[in-house]
Amino acid sequence: MYILNVNGKTLEVEVEADTPLLWVLRDTLGMTGTKYGCGMALCGACTVHLDGEPIRSCVTPVSALTTGQKVTTIEGLSADRSHPVQKAWIELDVPQCGYCQSGQIMSAVALLAKTPKPTDADIDAAMAGNLCRCGTYQRIRAAIHRAAEIKGS
Amino acid sequence: MNSAISRRDFLQKGAVLSGGLVLAISIPGCGRKSGSKPGGALVRSDFSAWLQIGSDESIRFYCDKSEMGQGVYTALPMLLAEELGVAVDRIKVEFAPAGAPFVNTFLGTQITGGSTSVREGWPKLRLAGAQAREMLIAAACAEWGIATTGCLTEDGQVVSPRGQRLSFGALAEAAGKLPVPKVVPLRKSQDFRVIGKPHARLDTPLKVDGSAQFGIDVRLDGMLYGALAQSPVLGGKATSFDATRAKAMPGVKDVILTSTGVLVLADSWWRARRARDTLSIEWDGGANKGLDTAKMWQGLRAAAAGAGQEARNDGDALKALADGARSGAKVLRADYELPLLAHATLEPQNCTASVTADGCDLYVPTQIQQVAQATAASAAGLKPEQVRVHTTFLGGGFGRRLEVDFIPAAVEASKAVGKPVKILWTREDDMTHDAYRPPAFDQVAAALGKDGKPTAWHIHLTSPSITARMFPGVVEKAVDPFAIEAAANYPYDVPNVRVSYQRHEIGINVGYWRSVSHALNCFVAESFMDELAFAAGADPVAYRLSLLARQPRFAAVLKTATEEAHYATPAKGHRFGVALMEGYGTYMAQVAEVSMAGGKLKVHHVHCALDCGQVINPRIVESQVEGALLFGLTAALWGQIDLKEGRVQQTNFDRYRLLRMPEIPKISTYILDSSADPGGIGEPATALIAPAICNGIFALTQKRIRSLPLATHGFA
Repeated sequence: MYILNVNGKTLEVEVEADTPLLWVLRDTLGMTGTKYGCGMALCGACTVHLDGEPIRSCVTPVSALTTGQKVTTIEGLSADRSHPVQKAWIELDVPQCGYCQSGQIMSAVALLAKTPKPTDADIDAAMAGNLCRCGTYQRIRAAIHRAAEIKGS
Repeated sequence: MNSAISRRDFLQKGAVLSGGLVLAISIPGCGRKSGSKPGGALVRSDFSAWLQIGSDESIRFYCDKSEMGQGVYTALPMLLAEELGVAVDRIKVEFAPAGAPFVNTFLGTQITGGSTSVREGWPKLRLAGAQAREMLIAAACAEWGIATTGCLTEDGQVVSPRGQRLSFGALAEAAGKLPVPKVVPLRKSQDFRVIGKPHARLDTPLKVDGSAQFGIDVRLDGMLYGALAQSPVLGGKATSFDATRAKAMPGVKDVILTSTGVLVLADSWWRARRARDTLSIEWDGGANKGLDTAKMWQGLRAAAAGAGQEARNDGDALKALADGARSGAKVLRADYELPLLAHATLEPQNCTASVTADGCDLYVPTQIQQVAQATAASAAGLKPEQVRVHTTFLGGGFGRRLEVDFIPAAVEASKAVGKPVKILWTREDDMTHDAYRPPAFDQVAAALGKDGKPTAWHIHLTSPSITARMFPGVVEKAVDPFAIEAAANYPYDVPNVRVSYQRHEIGINVGYWRSVSHALNCFVAESFMDELAFAAGADPVAYRLSLLARQPRFAAVLKTATEEAHYATPAKGHRFGVALMEGYGTYMAQVAEVSMAGGKLKVHHVHCALDCGQVINPRIVESQVEGALLFGLTAALWGQIDLKEGRVQQTNFDRYRLLRMPEIPKISTYILDSSADPGGIGEPATALIAPAICNGIFALTQKRIRSLPLATHGFA
């Protein structure tokens, strides 16, 4: 049994040690906002935060988490889509199919936490691990700049 | 055919509304537009199940197209809202069930594809909205005891000339009892309040907080999770298997043989997948076990010797080419090759089925509801009308979800175990079991006159036919229309033009891939156009324009894109490459600004000008241009699927590389004003980028690229 802190709640899960955090979130806890895309940390669709750092939950076994580490998922970002990154995403209509966007948003949130006013180069570096098959990259970049403005205002 | 079920389903939904307005609309003429019907009788939309207005002021739109990123969830309600006289955000969108009312009149079955959604909805959704509007106005005027003259609708209310107002909800019950008017006025374009204006996508809020429900997200009570072991050789079958180890693993409930592979069922997907990887399976590779890419190319090149089917013949191109060669005119010939490609939707294929005594509920990200329904029915031993199709959001479509290969195993398993079953393919399953974009071996020839202009142009296309497998009726008497796009409509003023298509099957399934044969044929036609221009000693843009005097829409987009790019004055070390195409009723030009650094191509900026007729939502048009263009660019740079002994060699995104944010060019989109009927926009931009950048490479290096991807030439 593992005790997890997900979006501020303490939860107990009964899974094997090698179970990736992604599948604990999706199947055991029913939090399906975090997506599976590749299973090899190649696409970033499964990105969540561990103590504020973006991680690929598809390659993070649940046993690698230590007690007290805080997991944040897309569901935990805000109760009402009011996070500056969510606001910017809505304002610029970033998503197309939307499948990768939970991961994109979590990567963007982590970037802005460390770099409140990122340059294009900062954004490219931070977002290079997140694939978008629909090709929304140009809008993601613009939305991250916009989120920085919203956050700073 | 299936109207009974969908009507019943629809009326059941309607029953929850108190006295709601239910529209029953006949659309004369819509059925006649369906030119290429894959079998079956003439299809007419004889019942509209799109729109419901409730006494509680609810307005529901049953979206008959799948939302896979292309924006139908927003653009189609905009068409209704325009005529109805209500804010777009007031319309609640739900996905329609499978059924005859939702048949795509362009394609003859319920399909989201071919960039048809807006084009097909343009007449019928506006008509539905206008009919509802007129019925609401009539009901209001009966209430007020006045004539309808001068009454209008706005903000969900009917307004009389004297300023009286009644809400749609208050009128719904009375309006629902009125006859549906057959002839109604549609709003004039100068009066549009919604159409042509940017509008926020209705699905965006659901896609920023994880709440949008994709197929992979379906959860049903008592559901088992399935991981499927499929034949590593495409088309092979399991002959025997040993599941002793798998069955002893935690959470595993069953291991069964399905028609598409050996399926492990467990109480979570990870447990199912872990156990699947312990299975010991004997496979019969079947006919493809000796297939590899080199053999595939040998087969295509050999087949190209066939005369093929004639798709277009203006004048006598073969004679003109022979005459040209005899008379010493310049005759150019070139062979082009394009590889197999995977769709690689980011959401891997999946399907959830719940088979019970009275039917089957199918929760599936699909682009082809009625075929999904029939497939599930066949797998469950049910009648199609006993299968209720619940379309989820699609995590990418691109044509992959026109296939139904991920459906039968889920249905068979649910029937076998008596519980709901969700099957999810791994990325590796998905990459190695696609219906791939067809490869093509294309031969093109032209003769130039003394003035350098072409006197003859002949393209001979050799590739497998997707349509022959998917809709065999279509190709019985006609050339596969989805093999000759961007060739049969060759726009340039050339007196002798011949387009021929030689079908050659390669042993594995090929599938519709975003822009379908446009991506193949535009690469050949537009690359070769540059070859002709250089042979004539002309500038590629001036040369094209000199042959487009009778094609004003082509010429206009080319001029706009080149002007915006400042084509005449490239930056130092940079060059431009251009491409031009009409597809799906949309005219498009792309001008790519490129340079070379260390022998690698750098695409700096792509200028895309388009005339897609009447625009519905320019914001979505721009997004689709950006997305489709990058889809094509990814393929042009790296896209290639290889076969070895019948097995696909690319398994994940490490070996099937997709563009990442630092690698994208800037994309600028210029939408020309047009009052023509809407064209499609989900696909065309995919097809032009490869020839545009390859023409740019020639301008930079004088090296002509006649095969893709560019990685095989060392440029990417």
